[in-house]
Amino acid sequence: MVKVTIDNISIEVEDGTMILEAARKIGGKIVPPAMCYYSKLKKTGGKCRTCLVKVAESSSRDPRPMPKLVASCSTPVQDGMVVQNITSKEVLDARKAIVEFLLINHPLDCPVCDQAGECDLQDLSFLHGVMATRYEEGRREYPAIDIGSYIKLHMNRCIHCYRCVFVADQLTDQRVHGMFYRSDSMEISTYIQNVVDNDFSGNVIDACPVGALTDRTFRFKSRVWFLKPIDAHRECNKCCGKVTAWMFGNEIYRITGRKDQWGEVEEFICNECRFERKEIKDWFIEGPRKIKRQSVISANKYEKLLKPNQK
Amino acid sequence: MESLSNRSKVVSNRKMNLWEKIYLPAVIIGLSVTIKHLFKKKVTIRFPEETRKFSDIYRGKHVLKRDDEGRERCTACGLCAIACPAEAIIMVAAERKPGEENLYREEKYAAIYEIDMIRCIFCGLCEEACPKEAIFLTKELVPSEYERERFKYGKDILLEPVDPGKRIDISKRQTKEVLEFKKDKSKRHNK
Repeated sequence: MVKVTIDNISIEVEDGTMILEAARKIGGKIVPPAMCYYSKLKKTGGKCRTCLVKVAESSSRDPRPMPKLVASCSTPVQDGMVVQNITSKEVLDARKAIVEFLLINHPLDCPVCDQAGECDLQDLSFLHGVMATRYEEGRREYPAIDIGSYIKLHMNRCIHCYRCVFVADQLTDQRVHGMFYRSDSMEISTYIQNVVDNDFSGNVIDACPVGALTDRTFRFKSRVWFLKPIDAHRECNKCCGKVTAWMFGNEIYRITGRKDQWGEVEEFICNECRFERKEIKDWFIEGPRKIKRQSVISANKYEKLLKPNQK
Repeated sequence: MESLSNRSKVVSNRKMNLWEKIYLPAVIIGLSVTIKHLFKKKVTIRFPEETRKFSDIYRGKHVLKRDDEGRERCTACGLCAIACPAEAIIMVAAERKPGEENLYREEKYAAIYEIDMIRCIFCGLCEEACPKEAIFLTKELVPSEYERERFKYGKDILLEPVDPGKRIDISKRQTKEVLEFKKDKSKRHNK
């Protein structure tokens, strides 16, 4: 066990834990935001740079500060490490710049995008971003393509976090999509209009922090804040079958995995549960999903939702 | 019980005297009030023929704007509906098909857009919430109807005509700051 201090709060964590994980154990406002890191997947992180923190003291043995800001998702803690996140102006300034960088090529088509309301980039830019862009050049533009019958790819919105690539690598037996080209012209695509049709490929939708990969069966059907998220489960021989059903009246508009407070799914679900079971009789309803009060998803829901067996 | 406000008059059952009983003085006093009003400036107007001057920012019937090329600006983002305190707005989105680029500005549009004019309180929050400058309130009034159903205004009533001569001018509703903001290309949200 090593002792680490993040924003003047000390915690003991296991050896080899990343700073971000240690901060998540403390919880609250001091947790650095993460766009590419996904704790449920291995080897993620280190790409988006939103989780940069300042290490004021490297360890108790060598108390010199680290020369640059480090990515907290891929820097392991050391005993006696002192980390500054929101207490350091340098970190906040850097994060603001990172948000501006991420938004350089982002089309800001939130009114059209299906991810709006549960988008990590939207939350991040509200928290740290500036309200205007200084970028005057044209944004890169790609046509939206269908990869498979269930997933729509909007390359315009992609922030190159690689989460979907890791999902495909670690959950499915054969990955058929990936990153092409380099740097500014980097894009996610499939090999020669290949279709992504593995049973667990739908999880890339949940993993995508922006609206680059969206559900075609839910495309433009409603906005997430008009729907009521309800925990439901069914017996499935491929996955755990535990999902969140997004309902409008008595209709299920879409199914997603259950997302925890960090926006990561608790358990991955299969495509059959996600795309093909949209009848209310397919599911056992557990009750309303708890959504953060600050989230737009919880807006306008002043009616108390009852389970079917409750009176 | 004692009155709390002390403003109520105590009614008495006193018998009227002869002067009061003949009523004539009371009638004359009443008539003189009426006749005085004949020579005063009228406070009412003959409504359908005459109308009052409305403020430039009067909040009346809504309009769904089109852009300069006649395409619908609304993308059915739902922000007006969630901003609406009276929950008067209903919308259903649809995807633009190839070949409809001259009708809708973006790949999503409102297939159904309904405002229930009985529910609407004309607060103007929908106008404020709209990121696409698609909905505005106008000086026009919502006429009375005989049936409740007819107060549900759909796109057929709300959408402004394509003909450039018949467009509804809303520039007076926008403050100087907004118009100034729109000039700055770097801050512009809409293409």
